[in-house]
Amino acid sequence: MKRLSGFVLFGAICLILPIVFPDNYYVTVVGLTIFINIILAVSLNLLMGFAGQISLGHAAFFGLGAYSSAILTIRYGINPWLAMLAGSVFVCILSYILSRPILKLKGHYLAMATLGLGIIVHIFFVQADELTGGPDGISGLPPLSILGIVIDSDIKWYLVLCTYMLLSVLFSLNIADSRAGRALSAVHGSEIAAQMMGIDTAKVKSHIFVFSALMASIAGSLFAHQQDFVSPESFSFFFSIELVTMVVLGGLGSTFGAVIGAFILSILPEVLIVFEDFEVLIFGAILMIIMIFLPEGLFVALKNKVLALLSARAKRESA
Amino acid sequence: MAALLEVKRLEKRFGGLKAISELSFSVPERMIFSIIGPNGAGKTTLFNLLTNIYRPSSGSILFKGKDITSLPPFKIARLGISRTFQNLQVFLNMNVIENVMVGCHLRSKSGLIASALRLPSVIKEERDVKQMALESLKFCGLSDYANRPAGGLPYGILKKLEVARAIAAKPKLLLMDEPAAGLNDTETAELCQLIKRICDSGITVLLVEHNMSLIMEISQRVLVLNYGRLLAEGPPEEIQKNPEVIAAYLGQG
Repeated sequence: MKRLSGFVLFGAICLILPIVFPDNYYVTVVGLTIFINIILAVSLNLLMGFAGQISLGHAAFFGLGAYSSAILTIRYGINPWLAMLAGSVFVCILSYILSRPILKLKGHYLAMATLGLGIIVHIFFVQADELTGGPDGISGLPPLSILGIVIDSDIKWYLVLCTYMLLSVLFSLNIADSRAGRALSAVHGSEIAAQMMGIDTAKVKSHIFVFSALMASIAGSLFAHQQDFVSPESFSFFFSIELVTMVVLGGLGSTFGAVIGAFILSILPEVLIVFEDFEVLIFGAILMIIMIFLPEGLFVALKNKVLALLSARAKRESA
Repeated sequence: MAALLEVKRLEKRFGGLKAISELSFSVPERMIFSIIGPNGAGKTTLFNLLTNIYRPSSGSILFKGKDITSLPPFKIARLGISRTFQNLQVFLNMNVIENVMVGCHLRSKSGLIASALRLPSVIKEERDVKQMALESLKFCGLSDYANRPAGGLPYGILKKLEVARAIAAKPKLLLMDEPAAGLNDTETAELCQLIKRICDSGITVLLVEHNMSLIMEISQRVLVLNYGRLLAEGPPEEIQKNPEVIAAYLGQG
């Protein structure tokens, strides 16, 4: 199928890498972080890139998933999968209740409201120390097991997270080419026209907000088990901003844009470590240069260039 | 003939200004019904009231006998009313056929989860929707543009695209807000044919327009608005001769 050729290629690369480089730090350790970030960026892109609704609080849902798993498994001894499910249901309900009032807002006001949401949830993680362990967080989650196989090594985690990541990417690609995806793009393009085409814009926005929060919550639960530790630091306002940067850097509205953005923002700090004190400075400079020269995003700009070259060549050959 | 749309004592105030006052009229089925009037007469306001983008201050609007005065726009669309906009509202972030496929929203039903999983029913529906969109594009003479991004297309094409998107919904009533504005003579002639074909296909057309020759050529009935009030209503030949209408347009001597 031509539609999914990019996805198949991408999936193949992800699955071949650990076979070729089984002990490579970048593949089996950094790779796990990259997968989590890709899932989060792809889910945020559904809301921001497709529906055009900015969120500066996406890390909150990621954190709520992680803390739900940690608290329910450690404090209440609940089965990890049930804890993950409970966390997901909780996040769905919370995000649904929040979505109606929040998504009535537009532009800067929506940014402010979601920013507030992210900060409130973060403060809760820090302050509710009897439940969340406060700034120190909680450690010692029970291991996750699938069909009796305990997920206890980097390579097993690689497979689990890679599977969920690929599913997220596939869902996003499917949505992009569907009635639901077009309704989201219509909301992005012109809300009035979308309504006149019979789209219940409030409902569409609320559904994608919940879907995106759910994806982040599941990623949070997996992250908590994989790290064996949760602390407020991982779910701060800064991480939400980083997620927005990933989406914009790769190319707003493009699934693979979010993938590339997440990949670059996860790998750059690792690579730039050699510059020591200048790491953050160079990191910032790279982001600025990309956004100045390729404002439509790295992936989208490159894709357009390649397509333009191909069509120019096709024209020359037919002439 | 049964009235498709009935407007009863409709009124809209913006602060102290009465943009529409005491307006009553009815649009019979299967005809081209035009609304004319000098700039600021309240024509676009009327369209925004009919689709509830503005909420009327008082009065009621009935469509097929059902009161739609306080329904949200998407529910009005579901009953079979579609429209085009004076200031274009094309989805510039999508390509041409996707725009028209959004127009088919009401004729399809896959939800978010089914779409994410790409169930077999979604694949089939996607094929059907594409077919409907292609038919609509063909009807409007836009087949060649199907896969072009909407952003960057010439104004005349975008105007037609809005029409294609609106009729893809297979509405009973199509509201067209100044479709000929900004078009050259050739494009206007094409538009004229297109509107006639739309009416022939069974869609009632409610038209707001400034182009008098277009109005007089294609309308079965014309309503004249002046300062938000009904000035005259009747067949185009009568309207052309009406002294009050002439005075409103040329100014009283």
